[in-house]
Amino acid sequence: MRMTQHAEPAVTTPPAPGPKETDGRTAQRPLALRLLARPEVGVFLGAVAVYVFFLIAAPPVRDGSSMANILYQSSTIGIMALPVALLMIGGEFDLSSGVAVITSALTASMLAYQLTLNVWAGVIAALVVSLAIGFLNGWLVVKTGLPSFLITLGTFLILQGVNLAVTKLVTGNVATDDISDMDGFSGAKKVFASSFEVGGVQIKITIVYWLVFAALATWVLLRTKYGNWIFAVGGNKESARAVGVPVTFTKISLFMLVGFGAWFVGMHNLFSFNTVQSGEGVGQELIYISAAVIGGCLLTGGAGSAIGPVFGAFMFGMVQQGIVYAGWNPDWFKAFLGVMLLGAVLINLWVSRTATRR
Amino acid sequence: MDRSSRSQSRRFAPVVALAAAAALTLAGCSSSSGGKKSEESADGASAGKASTPRMTVALVTHQSPGDTFWDIVRKGAEAAAAKDNVKLIYTNDPSAGGQATLVQNAIDQKVDGIAVTLAKPDALKDVIAKAKGQKIPVVGLNSGVSEWQKLGLLEFFGQDETVAGEALGKRLNDEGAKSAVCVIQEQGNIGLTQRCDGVKKTFEGKFQTVNVNGADMPSVKSTITAKLSQDKSIDYVVALGAPIALTAAQSVSDAGSKAKVATFDLNKDLTGAISKGTIAFAVDQQPYLQGYLAVDSLWLYKNNGNYMGGGEQPVLTGPAFVDKSNVDAVAQYAAKGTR
Repeated sequence: MRMTQHAEPAVTTPPAPGPKETDGRTAQRPLALRLLARPEVGVFLGAVAVYVFFLIAAPPVRDGSSMANILYQSSTIGIMALPVALLMIGGEFDLSSGVAVITSALTASMLAYQLTLNVWAGVIAALVVSLAIGFLNGWLVVKTGLPSFLITLGTFLILQGVNLAVTKLVTGNVATDDISDMDGFSGAKKVFASSFEVGGVQIKITIVYWLVFAALATWVLLRTKYGNWIFAVGGNKESARAVGVPVTFTKISLFMLVGFGAWFVGMHNLFSFNTVQSGEGVGQELIYISAAVIGGCLLTGGAGSAIGPVFGAFMFGMVQQGIVYAGWNPDWFKAFLGVMLLGAVLINLWVSRTATRR
Repeated sequence: MDRSSRSQSRRFAPVVALAAAAALTLAGCSSSSGGKKSEESADGASAGKASTPRMTVALVTHQSPGDTFWDIVRKGAEAAAAKDNVKLIYTNDPSAGGQATLVQNAIDQKVDGIAVTLAKPDALKDVIAKAKGQKIPVVGLNSGVSEWQKLGLLEFFGQDETVAGEALGKRLNDEGAKSAVCVIQEQGNIGLTQRCDGVKKTFEGKFQTVNVNGADMPSVKSTITAKLSQDKSIDYVVALGAPIALTAAQSVSDAGSKAKVATFDLNKDLTGAISKGTIAFAVDQQPYLQGYLAVDSLWLYKNNGNYMGGGEQPVLTGPAFVDKSNVDAVAQYAAKGTR
């Protein structure tokens, strides 16, 4: 009881100003109406609102390197949020994606270290393992017809246990050994975890991958036959099958795409931190899913975009780091995060309702 | 597999085959540096085996899975068990109720002794009383330095988290720190909070805390970077675990900050970082010793009726400082995962 009483003043202040007015004005302009009906516009406005809010509330955010840091955090969420979003548009769900990232990193690290191989061998093996996990998830979902929630909850638990038990069995510890002095490491680090300078600001390479992948996913969704299949299987599986959409292929490949994303982020984790703790990754799946949902992907499938989750992930990174840049009391951290995200989602919802009503 | 699935999997076959082939090709080129080959064969501490009759000891902790710290506690317990002819049953559950159930489980198995961590002492009160009723000796370790006597445990092995934090705070004063930030990787964890509170108590400069998501290293890195750019006056980052400290060191360089990093707890990468100078110092509570003494003390009690700490005082295993001056002596053991 005491908690909630304290919560109200502190939590309701931040999200209230700025955003609503901006949206109100934009929504009343008839020219914008057609644009507003698109699923990603609401989240875009939500992201802008959050950004403007922190520009005012947290002076350090105005600095270029702070923005690079926020974008870095957003990119590691965003790279995974993309395939997770495509999967959701395709009508399925993956709870194992967070620990799958760690499984991939552990596989690459342990294989290379234990067999004293060039680390690239580990990287390729991890890709095979990640795609196989995706295939297994997809195959089980398609073959059993069970909800993907159940199937991937199973793989989530299996991977969590396997991550720990196999790491302990192989290395004798619960973390992997440092592989940073091994052949191929510096090359792999360049590919997965390097950074470059633009105007005195260090930009992490994951930001580039994130935007490239998002562009690619948008093109696939909107311009290719495969993109149509994704919408079709997510909308209505049976009628999709009736008009000749390869449902099984589409669903399994979407799960494998999530596997690819997990591999990619796993490699980033491995090559930027040199070692991996086997207990990490738990809970991350919900963050990826939230980014996709905030980005306008329906939990029921059949609707969404690839660009929406980009803003969804940005919003997550922006709020999470913005709270720190603003120097607010860290005890309230998660409450702030939740309130701001809810606020942003409400803006999102309000915009799309306003747009479709007229 | 029915027919339709076979035709589907055929489409994936080339992809999988290609990837496997690539993996095999790469497997041909092995690394010339690092890796398992360069690792020295680890000879653990071994000193024969007791000829006393075999006894069973249960070690029940509040470890959450995959944490390097607890791995070291367990190794200490296993080493003592091997020497003392003890069969060790190790179980763990981060939830209070789960841990109580595990202690009950040990009682049901009629073990000869129980070692338990007291992160949530109230939840374990009843079940510990039950063990005493069955004449099973119980010792405490790691957390609960202020509660073990109230619960009627025989002995306690660990460090007082607040005392350890206070020691670190004093050290920061000696180092001339002006502004420190304490990084909590698990919001709401009592031991972590006590450490930061201890630092706050003795540290004379400006003190803040920041919460990070310990399950996601990229996010830990960005959050500490963000904190350092928000407050440029910070000259010491205090981490509460070795992996977080190593990541914090990366954040410091990312943020272009001149802050130093100090931490609680060790692992082998951290000792490397201390000798290289990327981490200033660590407070070591010697988790190996906690696990070892907990098991060994139960053996001594059963076979010779001894009480460590006289049954009145806790046996403190920390805080000991590891810095550049003494890191070499510790590093060889950390490499084996026992420090």
